[in-house]
Amino acid sequence: MTQNVKEIPVIWLAASACTGCSVSLLNAASPRVKNLLVDQVIPGAHVNLTFHQTIMAGSGEVAITALEKSAKEHRGKYLLAVDGAIPTGDMASCCAMGEEGGKAVTMEERFTDLARNALAVMAVGTCASFGGVAATAPNPSNAQPLDKIMKAKKIDRPLINVPGCPPHPDWIMGTISHIILNGLPGPEDLDTNLRPLAFYGKLIHENCPRRAYFDEGRFAKQFGDEGCLYELGCKGPITYADCPIRHWNNGTSWKIDSGAPCQGCTQPEFFTVPCYQKLLDVELPKIGAYWLEEREV
Amino acid sequence: MSRKIVIDPVTRIEGHLKIEAVVDNGEVKEARCTGNMFRGIELMMRGRDPRDATVISQRICGVCPQDHGNASALCLDSAFGVDDRIPDNARLMRNLIHGAHMVQDHILHFYHLAALDYVDIKDVAKYQGPDGQLNSIKDFISRGELAPFMPRYEGDYRLPPEINQQAVAHYVQALEIRRIGHEMVSIFSAQAPHSAGVIAGGVTNAPTVDKITSFLWKLRTLREFIDGTYIPDVLAVAGAYADYTEIGAGCKNYLSYGGFDLDGKERDLAKRKRLYRQGTTSASLKWQALDAGRITEDVRHSWYEDSTSGRHPYEGDTVPRTGKQGAYSWTKAPRYDGQVYEVGPLARVAVTYASGDGAVKSLVDWALGELKAPASALFSTCGRHLARALCAKFVADNMESWLMALKPGEPHYVTYEMPEEAKGFGILEAARGALGHWIEIKDHKTANFQAVVPTTWNVSPRDDRGNPGPIEQALIGTRVKDEKNPFELVRIARSFDPCMACSVHVITPKGRDLGRFQVL
Repeated sequence: MTQNVKEIPVIWLAASACTGCSVSLLNAASPRVKNLLVDQVIPGAHVNLTFHQTIMAGSGEVAITALEKSAKEHRGKYLLAVDGAIPTGDMASCCAMGEEGGKAVTMEERFTDLARNALAVMAVGTCASFGGVAATAPNPSNAQPLDKIMKAKKIDRPLINVPGCPPHPDWIMGTISHIILNGLPGPEDLDTNLRPLAFYGKLIHENCPRRAYFDEGRFAKQFGDEGCLYELGCKGPITYADCPIRHWNNGTSWKIDSGAPCQGCTQPEFFTVPCYQKLLDVELPKIGAYWLEEREV
Repeated sequence: MSRKIVIDPVTRIEGHLKIEAVVDNGEVKEARCTGNMFRGIELMMRGRDPRDATVISQRICGVCPQDHGNASALCLDSAFGVDDRIPDNARLMRNLIHGAHMVQDHILHFYHLAALDYVDIKDVAKYQGPDGQLNSIKDFISRGELAPFMPRYEGDYRLPPEINQQAVAHYVQALEIRRIGHEMVSIFSAQAPHSAGVIAGGVTNAPTVDKITSFLWKLRTLREFIDGTYIPDVLAVAGAYADYTEIGAGCKNYLSYGGFDLDGKERDLAKRKRLYRQGTTSASLKWQALDAGRITEDVRHSWYEDSTSGRHPYEGDTVPRTGKQGAYSWTKAPRYDGQVYEVGPLARVAVTYASGDGAVKSLVDWALGELKAPASALFSTCGRHLARALCAKFVADNMESWLMALKPGEPHYVTYEMPEEAKGFGILEAARGALGHWIEIKDHKTANFQAVVPTTWNVSPRDDRGNPGPIEQALIGTRVKDEKNPFELVRIARSFDPCMACSVHVITPKGRDLGRFQVL
């Protein structure tokens, strides 16, 4: 049992995050988070999570030393996972962790150093992927997604975005499992937003159980009504994710099954549009008798 | 000789916290909590559709989003003028969604955030028996890569090997139990964390019999765990670490906004009938009524514009000033009646007890009896863990009656007209204590939004008068046995279940740095 287990070093940084991404990972049903961290999540491979400040035992210098040691020992081999966007420039001090020589080290500095020597970088959640909540206008902390910082700092390590607010635990687990089993995803595995197609390949609208209502032009006017939630602000028509098939919390439910509109949380547009207002200027396939009369949506 | 201990980051909490403590002859003379993250979510609300608050405010915290979702819903209900017309189904479902979230949050805190301060996972290497979970952890230990459970502070682990082994098995079991708690949230509110069911005017979906029965049996699973495992484990830790029932008390002023509405008609949330009572108390357990008008936020020692200091949240503003002289935290300093108040499970238990609630009184008296400890033991580091476990039980035990009172087929939502101008506020007990949202609407849009969150009370820096915040006060006077392994500081800080990035600094009594001490 104990022979030939490959250790996969992972360093997880929490930047300007709410920790919801990590809590979502805790909800993983199969594999469970214990299977990920303790067992061989794929036979012969163990994820060695050397730094994650919400889970790890050590605090303060003990934790920072563990981080630095791991980065040095596993240089070029560790997967760097980051949740949260990163405050930059004049506002970089809005997110700091640990000190060096009595001075706070900003997350921008930590990320830059760690990303440069990573095997690959995984943006967990929409803040790290696209800016998300942390970068919502007026973006008081000048928070930026990893992609922008890596471009600005000319860091050419591979980047995979696993957005969602939060991401479904299967999307995080699945991306890690893919890396262990098949190596880093290639361009054919990702969409133009660097999201794994396995999870973000189809629009919510394409697989929505209320799609027939849309095609018939039957729209819910109030919460609790039968019908498509489009007029209550549903972002399903512009959102790529497999929620309608996968469901959330061990298959229990998901937004549209609970009568709540999709918020578009896996999209770069998340929170740039009002949550409960009808989407404007969106091109949709108008199928079904209702649409034969050339209606506007 | 004074030494300064800096703990940055304080891990196993939500977010970025730094603690500094100045230790002189082994005793903490001064302490500072620093919140190390600022996003400005309140500023993002301005100019938006007010209804967005229930969605955006949840993103303040992914560990306790439901608390924010529910507080925002109450806030919007009042601004929209429907706060006395929320259908009973919606009130009960909001309670159930919030309750399920809160109970799993308390379990998560004890087992997955706090326990590693008291439980030695390495004892599992000595395990001889058939338990598959423990044997898989034994195998993990034998492979030698022990992250994220090592490295850690070394020394003060007191539980015997078989109790440590059992506690580690419960750590793993608790992961499942808290996941079930989130499944309960999902039943009525789509998903967790960041659920979608609680909105202004009610909830998005109707209660149905399949949802009610599914929820019921998940709830029963949680209750069995709380009674049979969680509370006994907390009592075992409090017994083995009895000195922690004597340290870490702090300011001994307690504030509760009350929580879980038992009535939907009373518009004044400070007076509405709630499971947890509103009010304030102290170690004397004399109850006083709540007056939300007495809440202010100071910022003299925070990285915000001084001119915004001392304001009530309705007038509050959030203007960041990085590098401000004399400031040391991104956290503001909320005060009640100008005084320092602790919030959280201990505060709401103390306030509800002091108000004369028979159920809470008998629960607390029973637990203190089990512990063979005086009432003063409640106001301590372990007392907070015990209060949190009793809160889990109190809420979970009450949830069943709310669940069975749901009426499928009856309304779960009330319509409203968005006002052109309005003000509203929502206050409740979040997992970590008193939470308030305040909104001002102009031209149908959010003109101002302020959230005063529980951890802001607890990790607050000094106020304008120089009074340290609750965690700072809880640290001051503590004896640190081994400065290289300052268990006392992190155990005290974590007992508050801080929900942010903060750090603890130890500084000199006069603010002079008498030589830096690296915490190893």
